[in-house]
Amino acid sequence: MKNINAEGHAVVVGASLAGLRGAEALRRAGFAGRLTLIGDEPDRPYDRPPLSKAVLTGDIAPEATTLPNLHALDAEWRLGVAAIGLDREAREVRLADGATLSYDRLLIATGSRARPWSNPTEAGLAGVHTLRGRGDAAALRRALAAGPKRVLIIGAGFIGCEVAASCRALECAVTLIDPGPAPLARILGQPVGEIVAALHRALGVDLRSRTKVARLIGNETGQVVRANLDDGSEVETDLVVVALGAVRNTEWLSGSGLDAGPGGVVCDEAGYALDTEGRPDGAIAAAGDVARFPHPLYDGRPVSLEHWGHAVAQGEHAGRLLAGAATGAAYAEMPAFWSSQGGVTIKSVGLTEGADAMVFAQGSPKEGRFVVVYGAKGRCIAALSFDSGRWLPAYAELIAAHAPFPPIRVGVDLHGLAVLQPGFPEEWTSS
Amino acid sequence: MPDLPPPPDGSPLRVTVDLNRCQAYAQCCYAAPEHFVLHGREALFYDPAPSASDRLSIERARVSCPVQAIRVEDPERQGR
Ligand SMILES: Cc1cc2nc3c(=O)[nH]c(=O)nc-3n(C[C@H](O)[C@H](O)[C@H](O)COP(=O)(O)OP(=O)(O)OC[C@H]3O[C@@H](n4cnc5c(N)ncnc54)[C@H](O)[C@@H]3O)c2cc1C
Ligand code: SF4
Repeated sequence: MKNINAEGHAVVVGASLAGLRGAEALRRAGFAGRLTLIGDEPDRPYDRPPLSKAVLTGDIAPEATTLPNLHALDAEWRLGVAAIGLDREAREVRLADGATLSYDRLLIATGSRARPWSNPTEAGLAGVHTLRGRGDAAALRRALAAGPKRVLIIGAGFIGCEVAASCRALECAVTLIDPGPAPLARILGQPVGEIVAALHRALGVDLRSRTKVARLIGNETGQVVRANLDDGSEVETDLVVVALGAVRNTEWLSGSGLDAGPGGVVCDEAGYALDTEGRPDGAIAAAGDVARFPHPLYDGRPVSLEHWGHAVAQGEHAGRLLAGAATGAAYAEMPAFWSSQGGVTIKSVGLTEGADAMVFAQGSPKEGRFVVVYGAKGRCIAALSFDSGRWLPAYAELIAAHAPFPPIRVGVDLHGLAVLQPGFPEEWTSS
Repeated sequence: MPDLPPPPDGSPLRVTVDLNRCQAYAQCCYAAPEHFVLHGREALFYDPAPSASDRLSIERARVSCPVQAIRVEDPERQGR
């Protein structure tokens, strides 16, 4: 039998976390052919989580975030050039500099980008920032170091909350605005959202929930000076951070026949990309923020996860898959993320979407450390910790086992504990 | 375009910590206090680019982590 790994050309598009870990996994699984990584950013792969935390506070330099390479790659790098097209019949990737690269296996790891402010003129005002890349973080850091009068953050998701906390660590005045009832409520539910709100108020953040920014106003030099809110009030600001979530980078795949769009690159259980007829392309896998795949833990519901640990795990899975070294088992990594804001570490396992009940399983909001478990239809589906991360692995086991909710016998017996409504707000469009 | 050039002599080590896995046991903080610090109860702050001359203490930190959350690239020992 021919060894498929002796030769061939593996192409990885997107040279960040998922692409790098995927390329390493291909090599680790014995792929000995040509390997090319294409990235539209000029830099070697770097880590994004510090960009909203220690990089903004100035504790580490943006350039210090280059990711470690964990396995010899012997790769060709095409950095600073975007892939602009995919021809699956010819098995070719077209690049912005006019080159084409033929592949016999392709890993799509183009991730996502910051969703821009909806009004392009206002988004172009000086002092209006988004945060996704190292250059964004460097620019925002410079602006913060210059001592802004007031920072206005639009969107209280994870990145908005982390930026708010970093600004307060620098003692900058901060207003944080979100249309939801409380920060992070859409993901964590209202009771936890209210705890996050209290945390930010205690840090000195001027938090405005259930509020939207209607307009950003510039002065005659094109510098932002003010925001008009939909409740009729105004906020004077000279530095705005738009933190309205992410948009997946799938445009370059249009016309490829793959099922790829704003929801991500749709994959099957194994991780192969599907065409618009739902047929897997056995030469193409996707991983990380850009991928959408059926999660076996959640009845095969299609999900896309924008988490660091997922980019690593699915990147590695896709690399093994393309090297023919996958076991055939579906990608089923337990979703997990962390966030740190104002010295508090928030961690989560599982997915809260669809939760119909929750309990404070350990600790208490009063102590500032606790674990919340989320349930749906009488099963444990997710858990969240505030400064109590050591407990999470035990809950991850319950979630993996679809254990009954409310859970019993993790540390304490939970019978008799109050079961609460998570109270997820209605979906709103973040435009 | 060929492989990236090898990192110049004296370039830093590259470190990441899997903060999903990290459980704030702080062993790394004892092993390499100048590069790993706990903020608050369990927020681990680490230096992602320590100087190559600190490789011994970084290696001590890496092996002391009870959940093996620390990953290190040493430009002198690893090609790409
Ligand atoms: C500020 C910030 C803080 C974060 N903090 C946390 C955290 O605390 N915890 C957590 O779990 N997660 C966090 N995340 C999320 C985590 O960083 C992402 O999930 C992870 O980076 C996803 O990796 P990826 O490789 O899939 O995609 P990306 O990192 O988005 O990389 C995709 C790469 O592909 C490139 N690319 C796109 N299109 C093309 C093209 N056509 N051709 C060539 N290249 C292309 C992009 O420029 C980029 O370099 C954070 C993210 C940000 C931005
Ligand atoms: S030794 Fe490991 S678990 Fe402990 S704080 Fe350091 S990285 Fe985290």
